[in-house]
Amino acid sequence: MGIIKARKLVHEYIRRDEEGNVEAIQTALDQVDLDVEQGEFIAILGHNGSGKSTLAKHINAILELEEGSLWVDGYDVSDDTNIWNVRQSAGMVFQNPDNQIIASVVEEDVGFGPENIGVPTDEIWQRVENSLRSVGMLKYRAHSPNKLSGGQKQRVAIAGVLAMQPKCIVLDEPTAMLDPNGRKEVLKAVHELNREKGVTILLITHYMEEVTGADRVYVMDRGRVVMQGTPREVFSKVEELKKLRLDVPQITLLAHELRQEGLAIPQGVLTQEELTEAIEQICRSF
Amino acid sequence: MTLCLSGGVGKGKRTGKSMIRDITIGQYYPGDSPIHRLDPRVKLFGTLIYIISLFIFKGVAAFVLAAIFLVAAIKLSGVPFFYMVKGLKAIVVLMVITGLFHLFFTQGTPLVSFGALTVTREGLKNAALMLVRLALLIIGTSLMTLTTTPNQLTDGLEKSLAPLSKIGIPVHEIAMMMSIALRFIPILIEETDKIMKAQAARGADFESGNIFRKVKAMIPLLIPLFVSAFRRANDLALAMEARCYRGGAGRTKMKPLCYRKCDYAAYAVLFLYLASMIALRFVWIRMSVFLEW
Repeated sequence: MGIIKARKLVHEYIRRDEEGNVEAIQTALDQVDLDVEQGEFIAILGHNGSGKSTLAKHINAILELEEGSLWVDGYDVSDDTNIWNVRQSAGMVFQNPDNQIIASVVEEDVGFGPENIGVPTDEIWQRVENSLRSVGMLKYRAHSPNKLSGGQKQRVAIAGVLAMQPKCIVLDEPTAMLDPNGRKEVLKAVHELNREKGVTILLITHYMEEVTGADRVYVMDRGRVVMQGTPREVFSKVEELKKLRLDVPQITLLAHELRQEGLAIPQGVLTQEELTEAIEQICRSF
Repeated sequence: MTLCLSGGVGKGKRTGKSMIRDITIGQYYPGDSPIHRLDPRVKLFGTLIYIISLFIFKGVAAFVLAAIFLVAAIKLSGVPFFYMVKGLKAIVVLMVITGLFHLFFTQGTPLVSFGALTVTREGLKNAALMLVRLALLIIGTSLMTLTTTPNQLTDGLEKSLAPLSKIGIPVHEIAMMMSIALRFIPILIEETDKIMKAQAARGADFESGNIFRKVKAMIPLLIPLFVSAFRRANDLALAMEARCYRGGAGRTKMKPLCYRKCDYAAYAVLFLYLASMIALRFVWIRMSVFLEW
């Protein structure tokens, strides 16, 4: 069994009026199936309100499971006795870097998670050092988080999760509040973790450019998984993505437009290099 | 020079209403001095002793000794002196009022008089001593907060007050709340600053008018601030839960508190200070009795 397995997951937000009568029901997750293998890099794409954050919160057992079933690292999430095991196996990084850093010194914040799960003191120090090193923030260990940039803060948050030695990290729009440089920093750190430490990554985002490096992509819309596959497969369906109000990466869009104009360019071009090569090939054939 | 510790607020610009940003209490100055490395319990206890000593001892000699003690501690801590003095800016008004009261309302030998107000010799002395006392008090406490991370501070409190949890006081929870509050002070100040600028850009006026108008002008500032604070609290609670936080039980410590040799040495220095203050008091009383003679 993979590290995350979801079957027919349903989550509804129910709004009640003052008397407690149901006013409106919003289905955030609708029959979602998800299978993630250990070591994969998964991207979950979707517009605001597509249910992607709700899904993330379920994987960390923050929301209570109402319908369907979900296993994280073999633990059944619906069983309350498993809740801490689940949270330890699947760490979570949130959108706002300021609202998830607890301590006033970087290293103390990274140590917060291990402290909570009862790791002995010496090992906490080791873990803190290793985690900070793997996100490239070791030299800031004695700094105050307030003096760091957004990207650095988010890397500290990732280190904080990493110090709990999770098998899987769920990142819920970690770059939404960052500038382009911070975004690059964070993505680089996440990709390195995946490659070098084999940590399973679930990256939730609405930036198309961040998706291209993933192993597989899930596209969500109104609580349903509407597309899944490799980035190349997903991005070859430009028209469908447009219908979902999602943009494709600019380079893919350019390739798509050229293709529509009748040039022999393969579908699902993801990088600049691929497009240049395709165009060069066309030139040679003339 | 504005305080840039609080996450770049101010950034050298004068934005009015800067008093709140000048309070250094709760701001850590990173360093690795002997004072930084002391156990927070020593520093807490030491600050308490120091404050008490400032209030129960009188006389110039006692204040000279207290000042020497403080200056030595500051030198040892390696924190630049102006960081300490910055804390004073916040209480300048208080100091001036206290000073004036002592200056004009102390009975004694008159020196000069302005109409109904008379400056007495004793008044002058009292005012000066009171100002020195307040200054030493603020600088002393600032030294503690500048050299101790808020987390260490709350750890120290938590451990010192741990016996109270036996009678049902949630010591760990209170300590956690304090450390989180301290962590969010600079963030909320920055946010206040942002909201103020945003409102000022749309014509809000926080500066003019009488006190009632000014208070009223604060309402559109406070409401968004509160909304955002609640949202942050919610986010933070989620983030803490996601990192397996479940109260104090079963928690280990990254930086457990245990006394080392230097801590015992610091206690010894403290008691030496206290003893010399007491000794000085007796000497002083004798001397003043002798002088009056």
